[in-house]
Amino acid sequence: MKYDVLIIGAGVTGCAVARWLSQYDASVCVLEKEEDVCCGTSKANSAILHAGFDAKHGTLMAKLNVRGSEMAEALSKELDFSYDRCGSLVVCLSEEDRPRLIALYENGVKNGVKGLEIIERDRLIAMEPNVSDSAVAALWAPTGAIVCPFEMTLAFAENAAENGTTFCFDTAVQSLVRTDAGWRVETDRGVFEAKAIVNAAGVYADVFHNAVCDKPIHITPRRGDYCLLDHAAEGFVRHTVFQLPGIKGKGVLVSPTVHGNVIVGPTAIDVDDREGTNTTADGLNDLMQKAGMAVKNLPLRQTITSFAGLRAHEDGHEFIVQESAPDFFDCAGIESPGLSSAPAIGEMAAGLLWERYRWTKKPDWNPTRRGILDPKTLSTEEWNALIQKEPAYGQIICRCESVTEGEILDAIRRPLGARSLDGVKRRTRAGMGRCQAGFCSPRVMEILSRERNVPLSEITKNGKGSELIVGTAKDVYREVRDEA
Amino acid sequence: MKHDLIILGGGPAGLAAAIAAYDAGVRDLLIVERDKELGGILNQCIHNGFGLHTFKEELTGPEYAARFIAGVRERNIPYLLNTMALHVSPDKVVTLMNRTDGIQTVEAKAILLAMGCRERSRGALNIPGYRPAGIYSAGTAQRLVNMEGFLPGREIVILGSGDIGLIMARRLTLEGAKVKVVAELMPYSGGLKRNIVQCLDDYGIPLKLSHTVVDIRGRKRVEGVTIAAVDERLKPIPGTEEDYDCDTLLLSCGLIPENELSREMGVAINPVTNGPRVNESLETSIPGVFAAGNVLHVHDLVDFVSEEAAAAGRAAAAYIAAGDAERHEIPIRFEGGVRYTVPATIDPAFVRDALTVRFRVGSVMKNRVVRVLMDGEEVGKRRRQIMAPGEMEEVKLTRAQFDAHPALGELLIRIEEA
Repeated sequence: MKYDVLIIGAGVTGCAVARWLSQYDASVCVLEKEEDVCCGTSKANSAILHAGFDAKHGTLMAKLNVRGSEMAEALSKELDFSYDRCGSLVVCLSEEDRPRLIALYENGVKNGVKGLEIIERDRLIAMEPNVSDSAVAALWAPTGAIVCPFEMTLAFAENAAENGTTFCFDTAVQSLVRTDAGWRVETDRGVFEAKAIVNAAGVYADVFHNAVCDKPIHITPRRGDYCLLDHAAEGFVRHTVFQLPGIKGKGVLVSPTVHGNVIVGPTAIDVDDREGTNTTADGLNDLMQKAGMAVKNLPLRQTITSFAGLRAHEDGHEFIVQESAPDFFDCAGIESPGLSSAPAIGEMAAGLLWERYRWTKKPDWNPTRRGILDPKTLSTEEWNALIQKEPAYGQIICRCESVTEGEILDAIRRPLGARSLDGVKRRTRAGMGRCQAGFCSPRVMEILSRERNVPLSEITKNGKGSELIVGTAKDVYREVRDEA
Repeated sequence: MKHDLIILGGGPAGLAAAIAAYDAGVRDLLIVERDKELGGILNQCIHNGFGLHTFKEELTGPEYAARFIAGVRERNIPYLLNTMALHVSPDKVVTLMNRTDGIQTVEAKAILLAMGCRERSRGALNIPGYRPAGIYSAGTAQRLVNMEGFLPGREIVILGSGDIGLIMARRLTLEGAKVKVVAELMPYSGGLKRNIVQCLDDYGIPLKLSHTVVDIRGRKRVEGVTIAAVDERLKPIPGTEEDYDCDTLLLSCGLIPENELSREMGVAINPVTNGPRVNESLETSIPGVFAAGNVLHVHDLVDFVSEEAAAAGRAAAAYIAAGDAERHEIPIRFEGGVRYTVPATIDPAFVRDALTVRFRVGSVMKNRVVRVLMDGEEVGKRRRQIMAPGEMEEVKLTRAQFDAHPALGELLIRIEEA
């Protein structure tokens, strides 16, 4: 299989690069070792778009963060993903720490972040009644925002796919071989050839970089544990609340999500294992302790799930977006604020490739994409009209998040449609609620089996090896009896 | 559309309430069920033991449900299946949705909440480890095995000794799976004694009290779990970890009444039960809104759900006939280890022939006596050799007792050492 560009990794970065490349008349294929887009770092993070005051002035990270943050709102309309510019607050818990707050403000101003202000305690309390009693001031960033990271990644991917990009899932890259024409990429699903490679492999980006570049880089998987609180906690905070690292230590953020939950996290624990997304008792305890620093009476009892994600921390704490070897383009070291920067990284990387290969623009490129229709956003009349046309929109499958069968069918049938329980969950929120799929998983499994025309025993949580049942009770019984 | 009574939920509570309300004279009523058939969770409870109190015989869950479903059909009580109540307003307007009728609003004179409960999930328990396939709540596994005919795994560890977990330990064993151990965080089981004997002891499945799961291994599918002993503060004790290879972890760690609709309409919730606070008529803080079954407080036996729901159905009928009335409620006080009572308050004027007060205790207690006092005077007592959090307790009061205390100021339930 020959392509102009092979992108390694279908996380938010790889999908963003694919989306911005899809405007050119180039053949592009995204190789992903997992069964779906958004299966690594992109699925387990804070789900926020940083305003851009934190990244050190003068770095690429700062530039791309601010640019990405500026692009996001218009993009959310163009590509139809949930976005809310709720603003963010960095809470300073001691007068002694105030110089650090001012430094952060000044760094943000230099980075070009608009609307930054230092606000005093009174105004802070008016904005966030649950802020800690020891809060003295805060940095207010009105351009801070929250998104659904799954929707954003899917939006980039689906838009790219609709514009001709190929996605190969369950395809792990094993080796890169330089050829006269470019690259020969060996995978567990055959050989791919391309003129150029984009390395968007997240926590594996150093592996591919070091295989072909003279100057090695080193990426540490840095684990972050999170807790997600039920809708019952909605409104506990109205903005993303960070704690300024200071004499009382480094806290974690507490933020609303676009779907009305509250997210708390992340911790920062360096691990060796690039797949080590397991939470630990120590990590969760640490999280609980830090969670209460910037806010008071956080209702952690409302936790509906805890999870961990890995940030691809590069030793220099800088984004590497460049042609690191001939025809090998890195998007490496994309840790926080990677989600915030993703649109800008996509734009920049696509630009670098275009500079090099000068493809023409597709005349019929469609920059827009429609997301999965959420009937809850409709008026009763509109929803009723929809049910008349498509009765599946009148059938609730996930009680906790009120997800209809219509949405699940859309998630499965659309380009790059869901193939697993987690795929449906990330696209529709079915199973994301307080019962954590207790009620809806058998029903979603049934729908997947019917729609994909595969036996239920082949339906997985998230790809091969994660089958949800071991067979029919009768078959297993016979098997056990025969063994006996 | 308008109805005198809308019953939210067509499980055991909703069915019994509907029949009782009908028999008390309500003709314009509607049962709303979100699943594809009536009967609720009973449909997946194919083991026997249901109905010992109600019918004096041992029925399976579906058989028990069938008797009530027949009662509903005989009376031509209308019901909607595959229908979700999306919203209930404080003035009792219910928004319903299904495939055929779309979204419609229905006004009710009275509403009976019978939505049941859900299982506590792994996330709510904060169990560390990976998040692979093969972690099921016991009820989800029960549905897969008993209704869909699928086996969720071959080698099973169960956390929590709630009744569904115990039942599933036996069920999975009978289906050919190997249940390696049941771990229970508390120093006592959360399930009925009879289930421990019949589902674990009879099959040689070990029950480890004061143990919990401290790690889950396996990235794609569960490969094993680590179990550790816990101290008095329920914290794992380092050095006591034991690894179990398994492909499935079942969770039976408690049930949570599903009161999202109730909360949304402004019904006051008792933080101990997570169910509505109700008076002697099983009426919530909103007049004309009643609750019964597991949405009110989690029961051990469906027989008591039916009994409670029938009382709620009769009370709803009385409300529909009489409308709002002036009330003078007094709280039911309790001492000596009682965690809560249902009802929480009573207005003696509304007590009919009898009143059952149900409660649970907070710890295992031996050789006790439960005393009931009206204005300090003992009106009833019951010896209990053993009381446990997993077994619901009750005291029955009669109309005559209330008549003998016309100006009742205090009703007290007290557990003492015998």
